[in-house]
Amino acid sequence: MTTRVGPPGALAGWLEERRSALGELRRLARIFARSASSLVGLGLVAAFLVVAAAGPWIVPYPEDARGAVHLERKLEPPSAAHWFGTDEVGTDVYTRVILGARVSLQIGLIITLVAALVGVPLGVVAGYAGGALGEVIMRVTDVFLSVPALMLALAVVGALGPGIVNAMIALSLVWWPGYVRLVQGKALALKGEAFVEAARAVGTGRCRIVFAHVLPNCVSPIVVKGSMDMGTAILAAAGLGFIGLGAQPPYPEWGAMISHGRNYLPTWWWYSTFPGVFIYLTVLGFNLLGDGLRDILDPKSRV
Amino acid sequence: MLFGLLCITFAIARVVPGDPARLAAGPDANEDMVETLRAKYGLDQPVPVQFVRYLRGVLVGDLGQSLRSRNAVADDLLRYFPNTFELVTLSLLLAVALGIPLGMLSAVYKDTWVDHTARIVSVSGVALPAFWLGLMLQLVIALHLGLLPLGGRLPLTASPPEPITHLLLVDALLRGQGDTFVAALRHAVLPVVTLCFPALTSIMRVNRAEMIETLKQDYIQSARAQGFSGLRIVTRYALRNAMIPTLTMIGLRYGWMLGGTVLVETVFDWPGIGLYAVNAAVSSDFQPIMGVTLLIGVNFMLANLLVDFAYGWLDPRIRRPGGA
Repeated sequence: MTTRVGPPGALAGWLEERRSALGELRRLARIFARSASSLVGLGLVAAFLVVAAAGPWIVPYPEDARGAVHLERKLEPPSAAHWFGTDEVGTDVYTRVILGARVSLQIGLIITLVAALVGVPLGVVAGYAGGALGEVIMRVTDVFLSVPALMLALAVVGALGPGIVNAMIALSLVWWPGYVRLVQGKALALKGEAFVEAARAVGTGRCRIVFAHVLPNCVSPIVVKGSMDMGTAILAAAGLGFIGLGAQPPYPEWGAMISHGRNYLPTWWWYSTFPGVFIYLTVLGFNLLGDGLRDILDPKSRV
Repeated sequence: MLFGLLCITFAIARVVPGDPARLAAGPDANEDMVETLRAKYGLDQPVPVQFVRYLRGVLVGDLGQSLRSRNAVADDLLRYFPNTFELVTLSLLLAVALGIPLGMLSAVYKDTWVDHTARIVSVSGVALPAFWLGLMLQLVIALHLGLLPLGGRLPLTASPPEPITHLLLVDALLRGQGDTFVAALRHAVLPVVTLCFPALTSIMRVNRAEMIETLKQDYIQSARAQGFSGLRIVTRYALRNAMIPTLTMIGLRYGWMLGGTVLVETVFDWPGIGLYAVNAAVSSDFQPIMGVTLLIGVNFMLANLLVDFAYGWLDPRIRRPGGA
């Protein structure tokens, strides 16, 4: 790739070189934009990311996230000053819900990334290399998949002790088998493809085949699964928070907030209601986005 | 498979950072008492010895003892599992009974308002946190409208029937206690709806997609050409063929429900193994958690086996030896 600096029209030239790639991108964007639900998903995820990034600067009472106490205004209903009302120590619920976005983003990213980083290499080994090692990997994966993820995570957190870090460790531990399954199937199918066969015939090394031919073809399904998993992981972590094994109050995590607010139902309904709405919108966004991405990246595997 | 599961449950129990013997002895115990307990539970033995002991115990139905209540875990599970079984079975039945017809409707009326409404509901199902949905149902239906009870299995005043099957609803019927049956059913409505909603929506989604594919097939066209009625075509010819992937989803969702009981039982104070596991997990009581994980894993495996049998029943091609 040469970089040309200076002469006018450099940008045009650069664009000219990549015309077909850009055309392809534009085509995919058009397909994506044709579906209303994909756009809603993209919008929700974008809004979530903005809220997570700008959190501390856009909340009205930033000090409330650090355990500030204002007993004189506890359990006030939603009003102009406190959009989502206040909790039992007078903290602004809106502030904590907004700051919770950042916590959820962290949780979702870490769990999904760890799961993919562990699961993808194992899947490639099991699918492409196969053999006894592949067999062992798939057996272990099957065992993990035989217990519902949430139950297994509960068992792990139960052993490690409650807390947000332990909850993330537990969920990462139970999340990777899905990626092994996905990549193993894909790698196994690719192994028989003519272009991989051809690469092998001309003496390309195993590593090179994996990195140049197998992995790039696994990217689309991984991205789609990753997007969906961001939502599901956030949901699962909130579940652990709800049963008291995840984040501990006053940490602004949505599941823990709902659990805490539960003691104040039905009179002080706003306490539990708003964090739940935010979980719903976030998970919905990632799911719709994942669906939309699948439509453009991996149309064959549509369900 | 089962052996692998046993390895996992054992491994999880081994990573407990605290000292289980000390935990069991309580905060006021002296060193001697802790040591006695350690020897009693075999915690002073090398890990492989402990594992063999654990395996041998499981084989004879001994799942250890709860450190907190001193009850045998196997007895506790026997007491709580029927409740969970009722909850999950009712939810699954409701999910299938509603999900399949809704998926069919959605496919037949593709791209009309029926389909759009059904699809909006179905995406929501995946994204709604079950525990929050449960709380909101409690808030609106139980607390504001007072239509249904808030939680638990029976009102305090009701007398539970003498156990026969240990399934409360079945026992109440068998003993002829109509009032108890109705009361128990009323208690079951909200938890069942909460637990079934995500499963219902995913069953609907898969069934819709499969029906759309199947309805495009040649044999459906030829059945139409022969003048069979629309209803007959959809239910006799298309549904049966669309059922295989739907069944896979039902099997998967059954497992998800078993995990979901952890949350739903917590919300509705439903005395099943989910709530039992949560209580144990909160107090680092690891034997019950191992027991519940094992029980749920075994159940999930059995469910998948049943699904495999059902494939053969639905599709004769799978039954034939050497068939796909």
